[in-house]
Amino acid sequence: MSNQDQYKVHREPFYQAQGREVILYEAAYAARLPVMLKGPTGCGKSRFVEYMAWKLGKPLITVACNEDMTASDLVGRYLLEANGTRWLDGPLTTAARIGAICYLDEIVEARQDTTVVIHPLTDHRRVLPIDKKGELIEAHADFQLVISYNPGYQSLMKDLKQSTKQRFTAFDFDYPEAALETLIVTKETGLDEASAARLVKIAQAARNLKGHGLDEGISTRLVVYAATLIRGGVAPQDACRMAMARPITDDADIRATLDHAIDATFDPSPA
Amino acid sequence: MTAGIRPATDTRKQAMLHPQVQAYWQEIDCGFQQVADVFEECLYEALSTFSREEIKAYLEAARVLGKLGRGPEPMLAFLEEWPSVATAIGGDVLPPVMGLVRAMQKSPNGNAIAPFLQTLAAVARRLQSAEQLQFYIDIAQDLMVRTTGSIHGHHTTFPSPGLPEFFARAPFLANMLSMAGVRNWVEYGVRHYGNHPERQTDYFKLQSADSRAVLQRERHGTLFADVERRLDLYLRALWRDSDQLVPYSTAFDELRKPIPYYDSLGLRVPDVLDDAHGPGGTVSGLDRYRAVLAHMVGHRRWSRPQIADNWSPFQRMAVECFEDCRIETLLIREYPGLRRIFLALHPKPVADACDPETTSCLRHRLAMLSRALIDPQHGYTDADLLEYARRFHELLADHAEAGTTEIADLALAYVAKTRRQSDQLAKVHFDDTVIDYRDDNRHLWQYIEDSDDEDFFDDPDKKNKKPSEVAGLPPRHYPEWDYQSQTYRPDWVSLYESLHPSGNPADIDRLLTKHAALAKRLKRLLDLLKPQDKVRIRYQEEGSELDLDVALRSLIDFKGGAMPDPRINMSHRTDGRDIQVLLLLDLSESLNQQAGGADNASGQTILELSQEAVSLLAWAIDCLGDPLAIAGFHSNTRHEVRYQHIKGFSERWDDTVKARLAAMAAGWSTRMGAALRHAGHYLSARKADKRILLLLTDGEPSDIDVADPESLRADAKKAVAELDTQGIATFCLSLDPKADEYVREIFGKRHLVLDRVARLPEKLPLLYMALTR
Ligand SMILES: Nc1ncnc2c1ncn2[C@@H]1O[C@H](COP(=O)(O)OP(=O)(O)OP(=O)(O)O)[C@@H](O)[C@H]1O
Ligand SMILES: [Mg+2]
Repeated sequence: MSNQDQYKVHREPFYQAQGREVILYEAAYAARLPVMLKGPTGCGKSRFVEYMAWKLGKPLITVACNEDMTASDLVGRYLLEANGTRWLDGPLTTAARIGAICYLDEIVEARQDTTVVIHPLTDHRRVLPIDKKGELIEAHADFQLVISYNPGYQSLMKDLKQSTKQRFTAFDFDYPEAALETLIVTKETGLDEASAARLVKIAQAARNLKGHGLDEGISTRLVVYAATLIRGGVAPQDACRMAMARPITDDADIRATLDHAIDATFDPSPA
Repeated sequence: MTAGIRPATDTRKQAMLHPQVQAYWQEIDCGFQQVADVFEECLYEALSTFSREEIKAYLEAARVLGKLGRGPEPMLAFLEEWPSVATAIGGDVLPPVMGLVRAMQKSPNGNAIAPFLQTLAAVARRLQSAEQLQFYIDIAQDLMVRTTGSIHGHHTTFPSPGLPEFFARAPFLANMLSMAGVRNWVEYGVRHYGNHPERQTDYFKLQSADSRAVLQRERHGTLFADVERRLDLYLRALWRDSDQLVPYSTAFDELRKPIPYYDSLGLRVPDVLDDAHGPGGTVSGLDRYRAVLAHMVGHRRWSRPQIADNWSPFQRMAVECFEDCRIETLLIREYPGLRRIFLALHPKPVADACDPETTSCLRHRLAMLSRALIDPQHGYTDADLLEYARRFHELLADHAEAGTTEIADLALAYVAKTRRQSDQLAKVHFDDTVIDYRDDNRHLWQYIEDSDDEDFFDDPDKKNKKPSEVAGLPPRHYPEWDYQSQTYRPDWVSLYESLHPSGNPADIDRLLTKHAALAKRLKRLLDLLKPQDKVRIRYQEEGSELDLDVALRSLIDFKGGAMPDPRINMSHRTDGRDIQVLLLLDLSESLNQQAGGADNASGQTILELSQEAVSLLAWAIDCLGDPLAIAGFHSNTRHEVRYQHIKGFSERWDDTVKARLAAMAAGWSTRMGAALRHAGHYLSARKADKRILLLLTDGEPSDIDVADPESLRADAKKAVAELDTQGIATFCLSLDPKADEYVREIFGKRHLVLDRVARLPEKLPLLYMALTR
């Protein structure tokens, strides 16, 4: 089906497994169990889903949730046209119809009443009621629901409801340990291992400050950015400041500390 | 010294060894035996440095000083000190120095001449330039003019109480501060204690708390207090350490020169560090702190205590040196950039600076070795040094991390190999051997035999602790805003916090019953308040109500052929209240007055009315479920602000709290700023959307030690602004009918003046509800 093709992941994305998540995910998919990916921003959640969709050969539909999102944005809505109305499927409905993996990124950002629409899809019924159309869609046999959720920075108000949480199997993601993260950076960008290891060290220094002035440490994503800049010819210290220290904070003390970590790691003087 | 003066003729004719000296002695025409005793010696020193002209000026000045009628001290001090002043900064400063002497002599400050001359050489050595010394003299002159005789409006009759004290401490001050800093420190003392002889003396003796605080503020270098957060972050980020940092004073401990160390209470670091300018480049004070911390963190990670009983002091020194270098090598492996900082701070002793024939060179040898172990480009050629450096690196090269024990073996072998007879000599070579970012290594040694020592190791501080630090709840010091100079007076106010005494809780219950009708009315309002905090959410596709504005707009779009926005509904959401309140009560004497007004038939005092009002408010807030704290305050000069705890945020509204309310009493004055700051200190620790400080007062800020009414107002206003920046909203309910003159100035719009005090019990809860609706 061309509709399926459109959402297929055609080239193998690079994904470095951190543990047994690939096998475990396959098992969850085999049973069509809904999956929740927990972890801080930029630690590889999206990449993982992409990789799994490729490996399983299933289409992937990703929705980045936000606070203005309503149920209709997921399910679909009638469009008003001059000569009447026309129904348009939302991404969730499309995924359920064509048998895609539907990845709702940062689901807590969406308002709580929105999250309720996914409930019937997550239990044994695997159905999606479309109230406005009076239609009940049975999910395609290949359909699977995946959500991501970052327990770190959201306020208490934004926590997922227990009734939602308890419908998912869950994976805990975190920034990989140093050697692995170094490997990811080298493979992703082609930067030499020694420099990559230093970038990771700086990122870890920032992660130690989480909760002490930083909401989030430096993500793997930012480390990859810095590595990319260095590969592009930017001096390491500049790349670190630009891609890793500056984006995450405006706090002068923290910035001074990270700058020091950068200088201490990339020794400016010849050894 | 007090032996009395012999007949004048005797002394004047005293025989000197050298005929030239004899001539000079005659010239200065001096009758003091004490001077005669040292004259010859002084002159020899002078002759070795001064030109003929200078000698003349020197003797002439001495002669003048001998004739002041102030005993031998000025002359003695001058004769002894002047040659080293001149060596340090040149003899050109003699005229201004004598100028100040004359000025003191003419004013009633002759008693300060001797102290001035006695410390002059030490000051000059520190200042190093004639220009700076002139600055110093100007400061002294200014101090003298402004503190002389101004007491009780008399004219120039009383000497300056501070001036001699200032001179006595001048070398210390010059060591600690730049001359600009000295000027500010003096300025503060003159401004605040110009009219207060005893306090002025205390200030210039560096005995009062604020004197020390101002000194600390003015110090050059990087103050620990200014970089504490950065250091915390540094420890956490780079080393995953979060131990307490405890500064020790360097200013008042010149003799012991404390060294960094750590113990169970935290990492001890100096309270200030200057930038270091060495041959290896400049290291900022902040980076010096980082080096100190990194070194200690390294020990904590990698060092293990050794049994010290069987080792000689030399052996221990060597073990410490090798271990310090091992630690630094490992640190540099973690962060290569540290090498630059360590090397810039590490002395580089000159290879043949120490003569082993006459001097103990052990320190010198170890310092060179230490340099060589962390500096690949050390350039030393000594065979033993090179061999041990090689063995050191070999030991550390294999990653099976050689520990303290292995390195200690190497150190002992080194001592055995390089030991010299002369290591025992009393004369020790010290130059270039102090590595000041290293801690004192007390953690490295364990003694098994002497159990006293073991205790000492566990708590090395036990012996030094002053009893005063342990006894009682110490006061908290708060600054106060000085609107005239637009600066804070640091640590100006002492605030004592205590638990409010308790009375009979039934009294409060009785008050509540008395207001039962009012309570019932309030209750209805409270119930309304709870569900009333609904939030409207617009732009909803589905919702509980049509949002007419949006619907119309969509319809127009639709009719016009454009895509209409389908989000034409709105819905509501109930938000939980997230409010924390601290109610601060003015408990000053004026509350004991009877409240005026026709409706106060029963003749209650303001205090009684406040008590009722607070009880009702506490009850009401308890109904709403907002966390509430209550405290009262009053003051008796800046040395005694009392802050009384009545209810804490987490305390229930129960008999304990009611008992404290029941015992509410009034007295003393209203120093508002400190109380606001202290209350803010508690509120700022609370987490809530809204943090409110509600102040109930019957008058303006005032205290008996402050005459200018504007002064404490300005401070209160400043305190409110400080709270504001911390996200704390301050609201003042004033019972003073004349409050309009000042409440707005202090609290801006956030105030309410209640002129019918009798209605307070009703108004206060209503006000709160209105504020938090
Ligand atoms: N395990 C991994 N294998 C390969 N690349 C990775 C891995 N982890 C992180 N990355 C790199 O980090 C980047 C960010 O990862 P990704 O977008 O998956 O983060 P995320 O967890 O989904 O973040 P967010 O919560 O912000 O969406 C990727 O583009 C990739 O370069
Ligand atoms: Mg993502």
